[in-house]
Amino acid sequence: MRRTLLATTLLCAAPAWADTPVLTVYAGDYFTSEWGPGPMIEEGFEATCGCDLQWSTGDLLPRLLLEGERTKADVVIGLTSDVTARARETRLFTTHGQDNSELTLPIDWTDDTFLPFNYGHTAFIYNETTMEAPPASFEALLAMPDDVKIVIQDPRTSISGLALVLWVQAVYGDKADEAWAALAPKILTVTKDWSASYGMFTDGEVDMVLSYTTSPAYHMFAEEDFTKKAAIFPEGHYFMVETVGKIAGTEQPELADAFMEYVLSGDFQSMIPTANWSLPAALPKEQWPEGWAELSLPDKVLFYSEAEAAEIQDQAIETWRAALSQ
Amino acid sequence: MARSPQPVTGTGGKVAAGCVVALVVLAFAGITLRAEPGRGIGPAEWSAIRFTLVQAVWSAGLSVLLAVPLARALARRRFAGQGILVTLLGAPFILPVIVAVLGLLAIFGRNGWVNEVLGFFGLPGISIYGLHGVVLAHVFFNLPLATRLLLQGWQSIPAERFRLAAQLNLPPAMIFRTLELPLLKRILPGAAALIFVICLTSFAVALTLGGGPRSTTIELAIYQAFRFNFDLSLAAFLSVIQLVIAGSAALIALWIIPEIPQGAGMDRRLTRWDARAGWQRMTDATIITLGAGFLLLPLLAVVLSGLTGLSEVPLSVWRAAWTSLWVAGLSILVMLAIALPMAGWIALRARGGAEAIGLIGLSASPLMLGVGWFILLNPVLDPVRVSLPVTAVVNALMALPFALRIIVPAVRGALESHGRLCIALGIRGFAAWRWLILPRSMAATGFAAGLTGALSVGDLGVIALFADPDRTTLPLQMYRLMGAYRVEAAAGAALILLVMALAVFWVCDRGGRWHAAA
Repeated sequence: MRRTLLATTLLCAAPAWADTPVLTVYAGDYFTSEWGPGPMIEEGFEATCGCDLQWSTGDLLPRLLLEGERTKADVVIGLTSDVTARARETRLFTTHGQDNSELTLPIDWTDDTFLPFNYGHTAFIYNETTMEAPPASFEALLAMPDDVKIVIQDPRTSISGLALVLWVQAVYGDKADEAWAALAPKILTVTKDWSASYGMFTDGEVDMVLSYTTSPAYHMFAEEDFTKKAAIFPEGHYFMVETVGKIAGTEQPELADAFMEYVLSGDFQSMIPTANWSLPAALPKEQWPEGWAELSLPDKVLFYSEAEAAEIQDQAIETWRAALSQ
Repeated sequence: MARSPQPVTGTGGKVAAGCVVALVVLAFAGITLRAEPGRGIGPAEWSAIRFTLVQAVWSAGLSVLLAVPLARALARRRFAGQGILVTLLGAPFILPVIVAVLGLLAIFGRNGWVNEVLGFFGLPGISIYGLHGVVLAHVFFNLPLATRLLLQGWQSIPAERFRLAAQLNLPPAMIFRTLELPLLKRILPGAAALIFVICLTSFAVALTLGGGPRSTTIELAIYQAFRFNFDLSLAAFLSVIQLVIAGSAALIALWIIPEIPQGAGMDRRLTRWDARAGWQRMTDATIITLGAGFLLLPLLAVVLSGLTGLSEVPLSVWRAAWTSLWVAGLSILVMLAIALPMAGWIALRARGGAEAIGLIGLSASPLMLGVGWFILLNPVLDPVRVSLPVTAVVNALMALPFALRIIVPAVRGALESHGRLCIALGIRGFAAWRWLILPRSMAATGFAAGLTGALSVGDLGVIALFADPDRTTLPLQMYRLMGAYRVEAAAGAALILLVMALAVFWVCDRGGRWHAAA
């Protein structure tokens, strides 16, 4: 069936394209819009590969689990390390074949299946013109007066919300329930996804929003607004990695390999900051775009391997739910 | 058929209803095909079921109760711009959740207009977060629907009745008892059941305005089971629970609706001789002002923030708007193909229980329908390629219960008033549809088509599961803008969405508005 569809597509296309191989890349929905990194990546890769890169967007993990062996993907981009354990279980992926030592992550990365392409840290963002005394530590956040309001995302529906419960778990361990109890009165509300939370923050409904350390960069470099800041905590920040993986059963193994190689190239990596508003996973700080090196980033990062994340996430979510349901 | 012979049969309706049931059953079959034994239902799920029921009962009850005075005031008054006001009042119902919530927060939020005014007078502020916030949002969404359903009912009372009542010099209380109360008994249970089901399946509103995990609904648990745990058996089980709750509510409501023969009138323009006193005018004016304020101020906030972002809206948003428009057109066609025959069948029956079939599409959760069909389609063709038609069919199924609630009374009225005449003239089958039923249910059909189209324009739905990147709908494009920090441009897109949904609604509904128009 795939061949028939392909044939139909090719028949409709110009004859010159008739023997152009197609690389199908699954990506998260935000990725391929014109303000996402997708179009630039497509252009950059097609310039070198003599192929046609086609995006297919949607809900990555559920879609892979549904499609199983029948997946049309050759490459999957955008799975975070908090869900790669589940993706690995599908046995759909093969080794990425790239040199992990080229990575410039703040942590060591030894996985040979999922290759990081960018990262960010979970952080609370505030507006310095309206928030006089932003918390300088996680402890200070918990000790804030209750009329300071924050908005977070639901760990059951959003990847950033999941990162937050893992963050609290990493900082407070067995005392996570107490931390949540202390934080609960400041949580104005919980939203389904990041977008709704961030909208509430920019509309002035809340003082702080759970987002990423790179969020201020968008405001600085795209809007010349220097009032949004990330509160940096010495306890450390939970670290989120987005990865790219190669499908074992791909009919285009060479193209898929070429794409994995492209992901680590300077060309790809230098697009990441301003196209995806996150930090490149294989680009030394000196080569970041102008101004990016001055972003406030945490000295200490906290991280759970995918196995740890998979193991503790149910309990971490339950701790969160129980504390906030009081 | 216990009653007199009718010029049409219910066969087409039974086939259409069979298709609806088949579409839902197929989705469940698809999921069961892939489901493995999951972890089962725990205390978190039970508390979700409890919360869902409590908020849905409150939301549905308040929505229909508040709709009574508002619809009555609108039915009794004629004023300039009334038609536009009635259309505008319908707008909250079709807004995407995230837009509506931001609009509500602009009015009732911590820094909202209400709290600004209260602060100005030194009064303590209000908080929108909690069960009352969820109910407030659901009333905001559903009061317009309840109002329109009631308004339509009021307009179905033949003008001659009011004329007779005026000649007999009946006091307003008596008119209420003899003319209006039977009408309410006939419309309220069905409207309440419908709104109950809508609130049952809501989750982003409940979560955001409920203040957190204590406001978890069944739908959120389904979403979690599917998205995060990929526990298909739990998701399917929760969907069945949701379906059973919705179905029971609908059956109860539809069975208690009394059977009241509707009198035939001459379609004269309605004049209310009974409501001309000054105090009545005052009350109606106050109610209309309050209702319009509650429903329109959040819309105004959406419009104001959208205007500033309109210049930043990229071209792709307009392309997405075009895509949404034809998806909406397709939804309307699918809905009509199902709803009209079904309405004919249901109208033939003395009791409305069969109308509950229309609800199963809405209560089965679009996510489950999408996933189920995905599993079934995937081996035969690429689901991404059919994502837009699938979206249109899901949207049509979502709108079906509203369409039935609107069209059935009109068809029933037509058959009751002119059915025997048709038989006597030998007009049967298709001719009866052509010459009797369709013309007499034109207004209702237009209203139903308008609602379907507008709902479809505003729906994010299953498209987010598997989208073709080049063919996105407007709500999806708006969410993408928000996800890429383009909050202002997203507000602009929201404004386009609002205007487009209203335009679709207005165009379809125009035929049905002539009673309410000044």
